[in-house]
Amino acid sequence: RGFAGAVVYVWLSVVLGLIVLPAMFGVSLGFTDLYVKALVKTLEWATLRIQRGQKEEDAVPAHLPNGIIEKDDGSMEEEIGELRRSHPKSLAGGDFTLCDAFYFCKKGIESIVEDQVTQRFTSEELASWNLLTRTNNNFHYISVRVTIIWGLGVFIRYCILLPLRVTLAVLGLSWLVIGTTLVGLLPHSNVKTWISDLIHVTCYRICARALSARIRYHNKENHPKKGGICVANHTSPIDIVILANDGCYAMVGQIHGGLMGVIQRSMVRSCPHVWFERSEMKDRHAVAKRLKDHVADKTKQPILIFPEGTCINNTSVMMFKKGSFDIGATIYPVAIKYDPQFGDAFWNSGKYNMVSYLLRMMTSWAIVCNVWYLPPMSLQDGEDAVHFANRVKSAIARQGGLVDLFWDGGLKREKVKESYKEEQQKMYSSMIVGQD
Amino acid sequence: MGSRASSLLREEDIEEIKKETGFSHSQITRLYSRFHSLDKGENGALSREDFQRIPELAINPLGDRIINAFFPEGEDQVNFRGFMRTLAHFRPVEDNEKNKDPSAGEPLNSRNNKLLFAFRLYDLDRDDKISRDELLQVLRMMVGVNISDEQLGSIADRTIQEADTNGDMCISFSEFIKVLEKVDVEQKMSIRFLH
Repeated sequence: RGFAGAVVYVWLSVVLGLIVLPAMFGVSLGFTDLYVKALVKTLEWATLRIQRGQKEEDAVPAHLPNGIIEKDDGSMEEEIGELRRSHPKSLAGGDFTLCDAFYFCKKGIESIVEDQVTQRFTSEELASWNLLTRTNNNFHYISVRVTIIWGLGVFIRYCILLPLRVTLAVLGLSWLVIGTTLVGLLPHSNVKTWISDLIHVTCYRICARALSARIRYHNKENHPKKGGICVANHTSPIDIVILANDGCYAMVGQIHGGLMGVIQRSMVRSCPHVWFERSEMKDRHAVAKRLKDHVADKTKQPILIFPEGTCINNTSVMMFKKGSFDIGATIYPVAIKYDPQFGDAFWNSGKYNMVSYLLRMMTSWAIVCNVWYLPPMSLQDGEDAVHFANRVKSAIARQGGLVDLFWDGGLKREKVKESYKEEQQKMYSSMIVGQD
Repeated sequence: MGSRASSLLREEDIEEIKKETGFSHSQITRLYSRFHSLDKGENGALSREDFQRIPELAINPLGDRIINAFFPEGEDQVNFRGFMRTLAHFRPVEDNEKNKDPSAGEPLNSRNNKLLFAFRLYDLDRDDKISRDELLQVLRMMVGVNISDEQLGSIADRTIQEADTNGDMCISFSEFIKVLEKVDVEQKMSIRFLH
C-alpha cells in the first residue's frame, strides 16, 4: 500500500515539477525539442530502410502523393470548342454536336477517379510511413529492425507517453475549471481580467504539453488585438489549444452538455466567451448581433472563429461562411499547418468521437505545427462579405501552403446545391445558342 | 483513405484485372484505395448513392448517365472488377496495344469501345439506337431550363438528319461512328493516369 502511494507521489511530483510548473510559466525545459529531434532521426532512418526494402521487392513506388491522374485545366468553352473543331459549324438554330457529351463524360470520370472534395474529409496520406499502425496503408512488413523500432514505439507511446499525457490533460482541465470558477467570484476589475487570462493561458500550456505539441509562431507582430476577430482554418478542436497558447481569445460556439458543457460554463464565469444555445445558432441576426456587441467592447478579448464551420484535413481551405465577415470588425487571419509526419491532427468526426480522437492524439508521436499571423484585413469599399471572405481565405491558403477551394465544408454531410449544376447547364447552353 | 485497403486485394485479382483492363499494378492498387474510400458501406461494392456523394460528379449535367454506365442492366451494386472494367475505357490508347495477342479481343480502351461508351450515354433504353426522344432527354439534361422545347426539338431534328443515313429517324452505332469519324476520340475520351 505504502509503495503504491509512494509511486503516485513521486509520479505527480515529477509531472508537476518538470512539466506543469515550467509550462505554466511559459518556460521550456527542452524535453519536447529533444524528443522531436530524436523522432526526426528515427523516422528518417525508418524511411531509408523502407525504401531500400521496396527496391528489392518491386520497382514500383508504393505511394505517389501527387494524385492518380493528370487533369486538363481547360475551360468548358475551350474543351468543347476543340471537340467541335472537326465538325462543320451549324449557325442556324443552335450549335450542338454529339461529341459535346465527351466533355462532360471525361470530366465526370475524372471526378470519379479523383475529386477535390471528398479527399478533404479523410486523413492526408503520408509519403513515407511514420511508424504508426494507423497510417500503415501500403507499407507492408519490411524488415526485422523496422518492426522492432515500431514495437518499441508502441510501447513508448501507449505505456509511457499516454499515461503521462492523460495526467497532464486532467490536471490542465481541472485547473481551468477550478481556477475560472474561483476567479468568477471576484468582482469585475482589471485584476480579475489579468488573473483570468493567466489561468486560461496556463491551462492551454499544460494541455499543449499533454499533446507533446511543438508550435512555432510566425509574425507575432500581427497578433490579433482586442475588438477584432481572429479567423483561422480548422482542422481539429486542438486548434484552440494551439492558438490560445499564445494569447487569450474569446471563444465562440454552441454550448454542449456533459464535460464539455462544464468546461464552457466555468470558462465564461471568468471572462466573456460567446456561447450559443443550439436554437440560437440558426438565427443569423441574433448571432451577428452578439458578435457585434462583443467586438464593440474594447475591453473584451478578440473573438476566435473558424469560418469553415467544420474540420477539414489540413490540405486545403474550404468555403468561409460569410457571417463573421459581415460585422464590420477588423479580421486577423491566421494560418495553421500541422506536420502530418508526427501525428495526424485531423478530427474525422464521422469516424471517431471526441474521446477516441483525443486518445489517438495522445498516442501519436507529437503534434508539430506552424502558426502564421497574417496582417489584419478589413472590408474594402464596394466589397461584399462573400468577396471579403474569399480574399481572407486565399491569403490563409497561400500562407499555409494549402489548396484554396470554393467548395463548402458542409459537403462532408450534405448534398451539393443544385445551383452549381444549373450554372454548368447555363454555361453549356450559351455555347449552343450563343450569349444572349 | 481506408487503412490497409490494398491488403484486401489479392495478388491473383490484381493480375486478372491487369490482363483484362491493361492497368498497371500500382494503378490498380491506387484505384482500389479510391474504390474503398468511396465505399461508405464497406461492403465491397458501390451503389449509386456512393457516386452521387462526389460533389463534382453531382453537379455534372450528365452525372446520372455516367453513373449509370457503371451498373449492368438491372443491378444496383458494382464491385471492384466492374468499376475497373468501366474505367478501363478511359485508358489512353498506347502503341504497344497493337503488339498484343490478336486473339485477346478488342481492348476496352479502343477507339470503338470509347465511342460505344459515349453512344450508350445517349441510348437510354439500351436498344442500340438513339431515338429523337432519347436525344431530347439527354439534351435537356445538358442545358437545363435555358433552352425552349421548340429550339431543343429543332436541334435534335437537325442532329438526327445529319447522322441518319438509313432513314429510320434514329442514330445507330455505325451512324454514330461515321458522324464522329474526324473527332480525336482517343484524346478526348482518355484520362492520363500517372504511373
